[in-house]
Parts: sequence; structure tokens; C-alpha cells
Amino acid sequence: MSFLRAENLTGGYGGPPILNGCTIEVDRGRIAVIVGPNGAGKSTAMKAVLGMLRLTSGRVMLDGRDITALPPQARIRAGMGFVPQTENVFPTLTVFENLQMGALLRKDAIGDTLDEIFALFPILADKRHQPAGQLSGGQRQQLAVGRALMTRPSVLLLDEPTAGVSPNVMDELFDKITRIAAQGLAVLMVEQNAAGALEIADTGFVLVQGANRFTGTGRELLADPDTRRSFLGGRA
Amino acid sequence: MNRTALLYAAMAAVLLAVGLLQSWQLALTIFNLCVISAVMSLGVNVQWGVAGMFNVGTMGSAAVGGLAVVLVSAPPVGAAWEAGGTGLLAAGAVLLGTAVAVSVLWRRLSGLPVTRGLAVTVTAIAGILVAQGWFLPATAAIEAVDAASAGYLGGLGLPVALSWGVGGLLAALVAWPIGRLTAGLRSDYLAVATFGISEIILAVLRNEEWLARGVKNVTGLPRPVPYEADLQSAPWAQQIADWLGWPLRDTASVLVKLAYAAWFLAVLLAIWWALERLARAPWGRMMRAIRDNEEAARAMGKDVARRHLQAFVLGSAIVGIGGAMLVTLDGQFTAGSYQPLRFTFLIWVMVIIGGSGNHRGAIFGGFLIWFVWVQAETAGLWLAATGAALLSPENPLRLALEQGPAQLRYVVMGLILVLVMRFAPRGLIPEATPEAPK
Amino acid sequence: MTDILNGLVHLTSMLILPGLAYGSQLALGALGVTLIFGVLRFSSFAHAEGLSLGTALTILITLWLQGMGVSLGVLPTALLGMLLAMPLLALVFIGTDRALYRHFRRINARPEVFMIVSAGVMLIMNGVIRLVIGTDGRDFEDGERFIVTARGFRDWSGLAEPLVLKTSQMLTIGLAVLAMACLFRFLNRTRAGRSMRAYADNRNLALLSGVDPDRIVRLTWVLVAVLSVLAGVLFGLDKGYRPFVYQQLLLPMFAAAVVGGLGSPVGAVVGSMIVAFSELALTFAWKKALTYLLPAGLAPDGMMQLLSTEYKFAVSFLILVIVLLVRPAGLYGKAAR
Repeated sequence: MSFLRAENLTGGYGGPPILNGCTIEVDRGRIAVIVGPNGAGKSTAMKAVLGMLRLTSGRVMLDGRDITALPPQARIRAGMGFVPQTENVFPTLTVFENLQMGALLRKDAIGDTLDEIFALFPILADKRHQPAGQLSGGQRQQLAVGRALMTRPSVLLLDEPTAGVSPNVMDELFDKITRIAAQGLAVLMVEQNAAGALEIADTGFVLVQGANRFTGTGRELLADPDTRRSFLGGRA
Repeated sequence: MNRTALLYAAMAAVLLAVGLLQSWQLALTIFNLCVISAVMSLGVNVQWGVAGMFNVGTMGSAAVGGLAVVLVSAPPVGAAWEAGGTGLLAAGAVLLGTAVAVSVLWRRLSGLPVTRGLAVTVTAIAGILVAQGWFLPATAAIEAVDAASAGYLGGLGLPVALSWGVGGLLAALVAWPIGRLTAGLRSDYLAVATFGISEIILAVLRNEEWLARGVKNVTGLPRPVPYEADLQSAPWAQQIADWLGWPLRDTASVLVKLAYAAWFLAVLLAIWWALERLARAPWGRMMRAIRDNEEAARAMGKDVARRHLQAFVLGSAIVGIGGAMLVTLDGQFTAGSYQPLRFTFLIWVMVIIGGSGNHRGAIFGGFLIWFVWVQAETAGLWLAATGAALLSPENPLRLALEQGPAQLRYVVMGLILVLVMRFAPRGLIPEATPEAPK
Repeated sequence: MTDILNGLVHLTSMLILPGLAYGSQLALGALGVTLIFGVLRFSSFAHAEGLSLGTALTILITLWLQGMGVSLGVLPTALLGMLLAMPLLALVFIGTDRALYRHFRRINARPEVFMIVSAGVMLIMNGVIRLVIGTDGRDFEDGERFIVTARGFRDWSGLAEPLVLKTSQMLTIGLAVLAMACLFRFLNRTRAGRSMRAYADNRNLALLSGVDPDRIVRLTWVLVAVLSVLAGVLFGLDKGYRPFVYQQLLLPMFAAAVVGGLGSPVGAVVGSMIVAFSELALTFAWKKALTYLLPAGLAPDGMMQLLSTEYKFAVSFLILVIVLLVRPAGLYGKAAR
């Protein structure tokens, strides 16, 4: 069984179910991407993994342990890091304070983690005393990722990390994410920009109406004309 | 029988009970103030219930409406006009000129913030100082004219009922620029701004004695109904008194109060009728749409700020009418009596408890809360008397109780407000969910 | 030269010292307004009554202390009473929050709803205060009233104008600076303060980061209670305690917080000084100062007073309007529209 496995997820926000039995999994050191058309339940699936959704059935396993009953905060304690799509930093706090807030749950010294994050995102070290609200879009996304890494998670969940950033910045972010996975984290992300994300993905889950339609390696999905035409916007 | 009718019937029964058990004069006094409260409550309901605007400046509108009664119906003081009229006009002209100069400078110097700030400040200060040269002697002269009974410019000496409409108009006129300034603000800022403006309006009314005698009060304002003394000499009043078996004095007093009640009720019903028509008209539907989802309404191309301004001005005008009627009923304008607790927050309690958004609810809220407001003091007095009898004269609790009743009702009002917000946020007569458009 | 010294002494004594003291008192109050706004997301109409209740409690405790023969010598005994009133007021605030505001936070109510509820709290507190302590004014300053007296200064300096420094002014300025330094240190340097700012900045992310919202809210009310008691007592020592006057402090405190930008502590302090000095400067009779400071030929005839003192509270509003027109976000804040 994979390190993180969310199986048979079913549920929604009280109305008709948005997730209809989809299964998503990812191993340490790997990147999994959830793609699909608008309204397919991509972000909802990620929220379910994080526990922000009441499931009617299905379960979430982390490192062989059933965490379905845990609230989001407890899941973060259990080793999940989460980067929301928007409003993912504290704008009036400095970069450094944002990172400190990320480590709020930790009781031990955070110096080493800070060094690692500054090594991964040198720009954050330069701007450590600036309020996060003054950062550019790409810098802010880096800070958001850095903040989520402060708990030293074993799983990193990213909700559309490249939404609204320029193509250059996007490539840089994908590069960083690859490096994060290489350090042994399981990375799960939702991406609107499917083509770019599948390039770096080990596994791609194509969701349609809250259920798995296709699953394969990123390359397989990119190569498959059906998926390309139907769900990747038919580009290139 | 539905809930609305039941509540209104209960209210009527309670007022009748006061008539039977305490006295008819008291019942009618309460009733008249209930009607006036209901008018003000309707005004706030237009702003909050219909448009969703958090205006906390109700007191200002009520006071401006009250001022209209003085300006319209008080006898003119010719000597005061002669003493200071020209000086006052000159000062006004200077201030107007200064305002124009400031706004011109503001626009011309938009590229130079420092120069602009300095130029505007200097111009404003100079203008005020020059205007004071006319204003201070003129007002001193006016206030010296027959200071004990007049000392102000007086009114126009017109029939007092006319002043109610003028009160509404004046309140609307004052509300318009305020609305222009604040209607687009977020609710916190709107609340703070309107709250502040109402305080300023009152500061002006309290301090500018040449206008309406300030805290020296204008008394003996004319009435739209006969005086009790005149009625007592009318034969038909004697006949009614004989038929009822009441003393003539009581009969006359009840008759006068009934006459007031008829006037006020007519105004209340007219306003209510107009508002109900408005609610069903496209305007009302649009207002509700804006209130329920401002973003969506804006996206559909509705001019939200403009609609808000309209509701703000209309609501203030209605409160102004209520304020004018209140001063008419009192027969005097007492600038010192306007307190935000009584004239802003109490009206808010009426709207909230009645059921914001629903005019029938607002009217009921006006009746109920005014009744509780008056009777809380009676109950408090009784409590104090009982408590005082049981406790020794030095007991601090007794001392607190003796001066308590007047304070106790604030506690009661606050409790009612928070309890309603907590347990029945839609009020006693909730707004009916509007039918889906066909 | 003597004229200029006289003019400066006159201005210091009549404008600058009172302005600093009043500005400090407002700042302590406006910090409360802005903390409540930042963390709880509404402007509390009950805030001025909070100051009033804190002061009333202090007065009662002080009377009790004085009855037991406790005294601080040259300093007012109320400083001791104040320390006991702070936890009491904090309990009142936290109790109110538990009974009312918490419910509305849970149902995610609109800010207007919070404001209406706070108006209800204001009515209740107002009545309770008057029941407990009555409506009359009270002076509760004991100890030495003046640090520098008019006569003492004139004898010492030989100038015509006196310099007066009241104990209450000095205490106000000193304690306010101390309190603000502690507050800013707490907000910027401690884990709890940082969590509080983070919660005010981005509630969801703060919750996700492991911030305990109940703890933050409790902490906020404790801070607001401490600030309110300080502001109320210092104002009362300076000008006497009258429930009615305290009610009127709501507007200048709101104005100061808005001018600085709601939610910004630094803004609240700066805004308070702007409001306080504008109030005093616009209602100050400049005749004497100008006569001293200008060459003899230019001395003014009139009082050189722009607004009569009755309009003191109107000034704070005037500034509010200008700020809303020119810079709706305030000096340090987020957008108002």
C-alpha cells in the first residue's frame, strides 16, 4: 500500500456529492497530480485528503494508519503540509514570521528547517524581514510552500500552486517541487495547468465528476490522445 | 389567525388594559409615542431592513426633524433678524466662499500634495477667522434680543402640521450629502461616520443659541389640536363628559390626546402604505436583491451606491417626520434631550425585535419597545419601592435601587436586543420570503 | 527673547502637555478598538462603556483600599485599585464573549450583527454602571496633584507665564508609553502575540497552522481589558470620572482608530495623537501665544479660536471625514470600501 492512500472518497458540502468514489495515492519521493475538467472535484478531493470535508464513505490512510476521523489540524500534526490556493500567507507578518507561524505546532528548535528552506528558496532569505504582503506573486507562492514545509511534513499537498503566476515562475516552482519530492516527501497537487504538471508527475489522476477516469504515469497521460483531447485542453 | 394579527391584537389588548387599569390618559400618551416610535422605526427599517445599510445616525435625523418644527411654526423674532440677520448672512457668504475656494484649490493643486495641504489649510483658517468677524457679533446681538424668552431668530409662524413635511424634507436634505460621502463605505466605517455626524448635528443644535435657543429650549410651540382649556368651555365636550360620567378635565385631556392620535396615525398609515407600494414596485425588489447579494447585483449592472443613497435619504426623511411629530407632541424643542441611546439605539432595538425588512414588524417593534420602555420605569419604580421598604435606609443596594429605575430600562433594552439577536435574529414578525418572480 | 520663552511656556503648559496626555489616553482606548477589530472583526460600540466600567470598578476598589488605610503616598491610590480592576474587567469581557459574541462567531455572522450586539452590550453596561456608581461625577485622585505648580515655576523662572505639570499628566504619558512598549513587544516578539497577529491577518491559515482560536480571543479580551482600565483610569485621574463624558469618548477613539487604519496598532497610536492635537489646536485660543511669538505690530485682536470648545468632539469627526475622503484605508490600514 502507498504511503498516502485515500480510497473510495465519497462526499460533498451537504448538497449532492461532489466526490463519487475516487481513489488517490502517492508514495514518498513521488509526485502525484490530480487533473481534470472544471468542476471535476479536484480541489474537493484534496480537501477530503486534508479532512476539510465530511465523507459519507471512504477512508484516508497515512503510513498505514487510518486517519479518516482526524480533523485537519491533527492531520497536519500527523505529517501533512498544506498549501492553499489563495490567501496562503499572512500578509502583515514578515517572511520570517510567516515561517515561524508554519512551525507553530513544533516544540523543538527550528533552525535547521529554516536553513533548508532558505537553501531551497534563497529569495526568502533575502526578504526575510519584509512583510509577506509586499512579495510578488511567485515569491508569495514560494513562501506559502516554505511555510507548509516548516512542520517537516512527510506529505505535501498543493492546491494549484501555479495559479496566476507567469510561465517562467511556473517552471521554477515545478522545479522546486521536484526537488522537494526528491528529499523524500510524498507530493500531491491539484493543477489547472495539467500539461505542465504532468511533465513532472510520477502519477496522474484524471478525475471526472468526482470519480477516477484515467490513471497513469504523467508521460502516459500526456502521450494518450484521448486524455489530451478531452481533459488537457487539447493543447500542443 | 396568523402571527402578525395575533401580536397586534395582543398589543392592542395591553394598551386597553393600561386604559382600564391605570388611566386612559396614560394609555393614549403611550399610544401616541408608540405611533411616533413606529414612524421612526419604519425609517430605520428602510435603511437597514430594506437596503442593509448600517446607519447609526438616527438621532441626527430626528433632531433635524424637530428643528423643522421650530423653524416653521415658532413666531418670528423680527428684532433678532434686524439685530444680526445681515451679519449672519455675511458670515454665511464668507464661509460659502471659503468652501468654494478650498474645493477649487483642492482640484487645481492635485499634483502637489504638500502645497495643496498647506494652501487648503491656510485658506480654511483665514476664511473661518474672517467669517467669525461677522458671526460672533451677529450671534451675540441675536442672543441678546429678549434673551429670557427669545434670543434666537424664531420661525416663520406657519401652521405646525406643515412642519412635519418640512422636517422630512430637511432631514433628507441633511442626509443627502452625508449619504454621498458614506454610502459606499464598508459597514464599520459607515457606522462610525453616521454615528459621528449625528453627534455633530446635536453639538450644533445645543450650542448655536441663535438658531433654536440651544439648551435653553424653545417652548410653547403651537399645536395642531385645540388646547384642553378651550375644550373645557365647549358645550359638546361637557355633553361627552356627562355621557361618560368623567370629570370635564379628564375628558378634555383624553379628547386632545385622541386628536393627536388621529393626526399621527394618519401619518403612520400614509407612510406605511407608501412603503408597502414601494416594496412591491421594481425599486423594492431591486433593493432586496442588492441587500441579499450585493456582489451579484453589482455584477448585473445595478448602481448599488445610488440605490443605497436613495434608501438612506428616504429613511432619514421618515425619521425626520417622526422627529417633527415628537417635538409637536411635546410642544417644545429640547436640544439637550437627544441622546444616542434613546434616539438611535432604542429605535434600532425596535426594528430588530419587530423583524427587520418587514414594515409590519417594524411598526409592531415601535409599539412594543416604546411600551416596554415606558413601563420598565413603572416596574422599576415599583421594584425600587418594594426593595426600599425591605432594606435599611443605609443599605447601598437600596440607594442604588432608588436611583435605579431610569437606569434599569437601559439594561432591559440591552437585554432584549441581545436576546433577540441571539435567539430570534429574524425578529418577532420575520420578513416573509419573497415569492419567486414569475 | 523673554516674550518667546513666555510664548513657548504658555504653549507647552496649555497645549502640548494636555495634548500628549489626552492623546495617550485616547491611544490606549483606540488600541482596544483596533485589537477588537483586528481579531474579532467588528467595531465595538460597547468600548467606551468598557473604559467607564473599568474606571468605576477602580474607583470602588480604591475607596475600599482607602477605607483600609492603604495609600501610595504621593501617587494616587487608584494605581493600586487599577491592578485589581483589570482582571475583573477581563472576566466581564470574557464572560460577554462566551455568552454572546462566541455564538455569532460560530455562525459566521456579518459584522453588522456583531455591531448591533455590541450596541446591546453597550446599553446593558451603561445601565449597570449607573446603577452601581450613580450618574454623578467623581474625582478620585489623591496624593500629590502637581509635579510643577504655577507659582513654583514662576518663582523659579521669573517668567510671566506659568508652566503647570500635573501628576496625572506625567503618569498618563509615562504609563501609556510603558503599556504601548509592552504591547508592541508582546505582539512582535512573542509566540502568542505573533499568533494573534496571524489570526487577525488570515483566520483560516492561522487555524490550519495550529492556532487555538478560543485562546486568541481570550487573550485579546484580556489585553483590551488592561488597555481599557488604563485608558479610563488615566482619563479619570486627569479630568474626573463622569459616566456621560466617558460615553462621548467613543467617537474620538473610533476616529483615532479609523484615521490610523482599523486593525493597525501603530496606526491607532498615531491616529490618537492626530485627533487629540487637532481637537485642542482647533479649539485653542491662540491670541496669547501669537501675541508673545509674533512681532508687536502683528498681534491679533480677536481670540484666534477657530471653533468654540463645545465642538471639541466634532473635530475628531471632521478628521474622520477628511481621512475617509482622502485615504479611506487610514494611514496604515486595509481598504475601507
